Formats: sequence, structure tokens, C-alpha cells
Amino acid sequence: MSRQFTPKVVTANALLEGDVVWLTADDRWTRDIHEAELIEEEAHGQIRLIEASRQTGTVVGVYLADARPGPLGPEPIHFREEFRTRGPSNYTHGKQVEA
Amino acid sequence: MYVYNDFDQAFVRERVAQFRAQVARRIDGSLTEDEFRPLRLMNGLYLQLHAYMLRVAVPYGTLNPSQMRQLAHIAERFDKGYGHFTTRQNIQFNWPKLEDVPDILDALADVEMHAIQTSGNTIRNVTADHFAGAAEDEIADTRPVAELLRQWSTDHPEFQFLPRKFKIAITGSPNDRAVTRAHDIGLRMVRNDAGEAGFEVIVGGGLGRTPMIGKVIRDFLPQADLLPYVEAVVSVWNLLGRRDNKYKARIKITVHENGIDTIRDMVESRFEQIQPQFGGVDQQILAQIEQHFLPPTFHPKSVDAYEAARLANPAFRSWSDTNLAPHKAPGYSIVSISLKKPGATPGDATADQMRAMADIAERYGHSELRVSHEQNIILPHVQKSNLPAVYQALREADLASANIGLISDIIACPGMDYCALATARSIPIAQEIAVRFDELKLEHDIGPLKIKISGCINACGHHHVGHIGILGLDRAGVENYQITLGGDHTEDAVIGEKTGPGFSADEVVPAIERIVGAYLSLRHGRGETFLEAFRRVGIEPFKTALYDSEAKADAA
Ligand code: SF4
Repeated sequence: MSRQFTPKVVTANALLEGDVVWLTADDRWTRDIHEAELIEEEAHGQIRLIEASRQTGTVVGVYLADARPGPLGPEPIHFREEFRTRGPSNYTHGKQVEA
Repeated sequence: MYVYNDFDQAFVRERVAQFRAQVARRIDGSLTEDEFRPLRLMNGLYLQLHAYMLRVAVPYGTLNPSQMRQLAHIAERFDKGYGHFTTRQNIQFNWPKLEDVPDILDALADVEMHAIQTSGNTIRNVTADHFAGAAEDEIADTRPVAELLRQWSTDHPEFQFLPRKFKIAITGSPNDRAVTRAHDIGLRMVRNDAGEAGFEVIVGGGLGRTPMIGKVIRDFLPQADLLPYVEAVVSVWNLLGRRDNKYKARIKITVHENGIDTIRDMVESRFEQIQPQFGGVDQQILAQIEQHFLPPTFHPKSVDAYEAARLANPAFRSWSDTNLAPHKAPGYSIVSISLKKPGATPGDATADQMRAMADIAERYGHSELRVSHEQNIILPHVQKSNLPAVYQALREADLASANIGLISDIIACPGMDYCALATARSIPIAQEIAVRFDELKLEHDIGPLKIKISGCINACGHHHVGHIGILGLDRAGVENYQITLGGDHTEDAVIGEKTGPGFSADEVVPAIERIVGAYLSLRHGRGETFLEAFRRVGIEPFKTALYDSEAKADAA
């Protein structure tokens, strides 16, 4: 395992609602990042990305996002990914109230 | 306003039916996302950060009350009870579900609206002076021409796969309220030496990554030549425009790389070629369209009640000082309804507020509403004697902020609260600045000052032409805000100058306070606006205020 590799989660938006989703280790799409699979190895990440990208019937715009382990499960690193776990800051809409 | 004929009606319905089938095929798996994406974009449907977003065209910013009510209905039925008015005079719904979008489009078609060509590499919604047909300084109402351009550009077979998107703005006033110098084509009505009205044609303006002020390609174009001439411009660019690099594809780069004189020669020769083919049919259609835009009959009435209310009610006086503009008819005013209550999201209106505005327009405003590129709503024709009642109704709808053109009347794009392209948030910055200056009770003393905020280099928030421009960036994983000063969006358009290093999110409000503080101490009295003072003294005193005090604070 390369030492520089930052762990990743596979993320996308759900086809029907557009809501943010993450891929779990058992191949489900979850709306809670804490349930996502934290990918610690680059090659594995590429495989998971390819597998997820084939699921065009359920999700849109699959990509790998940096993440780190937390007490409850994976957590976002970049602020954009953090906003995606929460929703907008001007209204209590989206995940912050619907989760 | 324009009323759809049978052709328009059938066309829009057919597009909805097609899209309904496309959505069904996407959901049942017959279409992949790669296949579906261009189809949804053709219908204004984006996928944003947290949800889909539907961008609905408000052609040249004009709405009638039943359309506004339908937008309210859509907001309630299919969204979260509000809509966001944009700098392109459109409205965006931030939370539609994919399956509901065909129904939303049908609901729009019921009131002669659509979302066609609000995305993609096509000619987008034509934007116009939001005071058109009402402004005292106007030569003519250019909305008939804008409608002609809408009809011509919609589904224009030659222009469905342009090198990039293409935006046209038009104004009938020499005082440019439509930012014509920052559009792919800007059309500004002027008079020639013989006193005839025509257009100054500006090409190659644009903000974004490479901001450029448009160049005059024709200083006087007779109105009868407008459509073939615009077609010639788009046609020349369609062939020359760089399809190899999307950052170089806009016409501003084509003009920059080839030079305005070369482009002008090519356009003129193309124009000569195609102009006879129009055979005057465009002018016949224009004459029909003009019948839909006849001004209402204005009845001059005593303004005594208005003057009395101004004396009796300081809040009304303050509102009427800032939110009214001169109307061409005696006894009338243009009312700007501020969607910028300090602390609120710039450009957002709830369904109830939309209904209230529709009711007020119907009752007091000849049933006309406009969306301004500054993200406010305009009632273009209000009798002054009705202004106290309008103000009261606006207060009841929480729409009576007296801040048009002031520091809290901020343009802000959706930024990273919604937009998938954003590099930082813009809405909270706008909210914080507005709240802070409201607390300071300084904004009326500061006077005219336009702050414009974009959440990325695409510049939907027009930050380059803000008196104070704020651009949100991602600096090593942290939101960072770059400030520009001295921008101007009018007929004297100027791109603002960068002050220097950017500021973190919580440093922005103090930075703006330092800039405003510097202005207040150096201005030659209240008569000298921020922009005038900036032009007199240049950027240095503001840089000193911004950075020297910071350095001192660090050293302390
Ligand atoms: S300026 Fe950038 S962040 Fe703002 S709306 Fe445009 S693309 Fe999105």
C-alpha cells in the first residue's frame, strides 16, 4: 500500500431524487457517509469506482472522494464533501433534516 | 405581453411530451446517463450538489401574475416552497425530483413558459432592461425585439450545437441596466445623427475565467437589420469559434484572437449574403409581436396622497427614496421589490411572497412583473397614488426592504450551497455582509454601492463588475475570498481590480468594513459615491485600509 494514498469513499447522486449517496462495502448505496466503505488502497478504489460506475440505473456522477476514519465511520475531508453530507447552509433542507 | 400562438403552444407541449418519454426511458434503464444528460440539459435540468435543479426561462425577465402564481404553485407542489431568481432573469427550483420534472414542464406550459435552451451550447434566454417599457430615459421598449430574438433562436437549426453557450442582452435606454457590455452580443439602443433609433452592437463581452468588456462591432445598426445582423455574428462565430478548448470557445476569445476588425469584416460580408434571404418576414413578425407590447393606458392622477404618506411615515419615505425609479408617464413610478432582506438569501422568494407580488401587480401594477438581473422583482407601472397601499401590501409579505442599490442589495450566485461547479459558498457571505451593515445602520449614509459575489470563476454573480466584487475560491481545501474593487456594469463597464491576497470566510465582513470605512473617510461628502471616489483616488488607499491594518493587528 502506497503511503501517500488518502482513503476514499465512492460517492454519487441518486438518479431519482438527486440526493447524495455513498457506496457501502456490501454494495448498497447509503444516504449516510458513516455507513460507506472506507477504501484504503488505490487499486481497490479503482475497482470499486468501475463497479459503481456501471450502476447507471440507480446513480449518477460516480466519483472517489477523500475521506478519513472517524468514530462513527468515514468522514469527509474537503469542505465540499462535508456540505454534501449536510445540505445547504441557508436553509435547513436536505440531509441535515432528512437523514 | 406576448401571448403564445398555436405554433408556440404546440411546440412547447410537444417538447414536454418528448421529455416525458425520455425521463421514462432513463428511469426504466433504456437510456444511460451519457445519453440522457444532453436531453435533460436541453430542458434546463441540471444535477447539482444535493439535488436536481430546474432552470426556467423568464424571457427578457417579463412575467404576468398568473405566471408568477404558477411558479408559486410549482414551488409548493414540487419543491420546498420557494424559488431562486437569477442574474439571468430566470428562476431556479433547487429540489425537483426527476420523475416530477415532466409535470412541472406541463405546469409551465399551462402559463406559456418553458425551460428550453436554459442550458447547453445554444442561444440562451435573452436578457433585457428590467425597466423596459417604463423607464423615463428609454428610447423604445425593446422587448418586442427580444421576443423576436427568442422565437428566432429557439430550436434554430444552425445554432443547436454552438461552440459554447451564447448570451444576448438588450436595452432600449442609453443608460445600460442590462449589462450589455458583458454579453456575447449586447444591443444598446441609440439614436444616430438623423435622430433615428437603432442599435449599438457590442460583441465579445463576458465575465468568467477571462473577463472582457465587449467591443463595438457596429456603432449604428438600423432596427430593420437587427435579426440578419445578429444571425451573421452567431454564424461567423459558429464557424470560427474554438471547439478544441472549452475555455477558448466563447466569442470573447474569438474576437480577442482574430481582432474585432477581422470579425467585423466577416460579419459584414455574411450579413450582406443573408440579409436578402430574410425578405422582410422578420419585420412582419416583429410588427405582430409589437401589438402584444402596447403600453397600458396611463391615467395621471393626483400625487397628493403619495406626498402626504411620505411626510407622515418615515419608513415609507425611506422605501420610496430607494426603491422607486422615474417612470415615463407623469404620476407613475417604477417599483423595485427587494428580494434582499438582510439575512435572507439574495433572489429567493417563497411561494406566498410570489403570490403576494402577483396580487399586487394585478391590483396596482397593470398586471406586469419583471425579474431584474440584480435578483429583485420589478413592478414597472405603478400609479404614485397607489404607492402607500403597495408598500403596505409589501410589508405584509415581508418584502418591504428599503435597500435597492445599497450595500445590502447584494447579487450572489447559489455558490457551494447548491452549485456543483462552485469552489466556495457565496450565500452566507452575502447574508453576513447584509446583516452586519444593517446592524451598523450605515447603509443609507454609504449610498449607492453594489456588491456582487460569485462562488467560482464562472462569475454568475457578476463579481468582476461589482463596485466591490467577491470571488469565492478553494485555497488548499479552505474557502477563500478574493476582493476586486471599482468594477462597473453600466454603459461605462469596467472590470474591477484585485486588491491582493484573499480572505478567509470570517475575514470577509471585516474586510468589507475596512473598505467602506476608507471610502467614508476619503469621500468628498455624501455626493461622491463609492465608485466616483474609487475613480478619483484609485485602489491604493483601499489596499492600505485592507492590508496595513491587518499587518498591524498581526504584529500587535
Ligand atoms: S459562479 Fe460558479 S458557483 Fe456561482 S452559480 Fe455560477 S457556476 Fe455556480
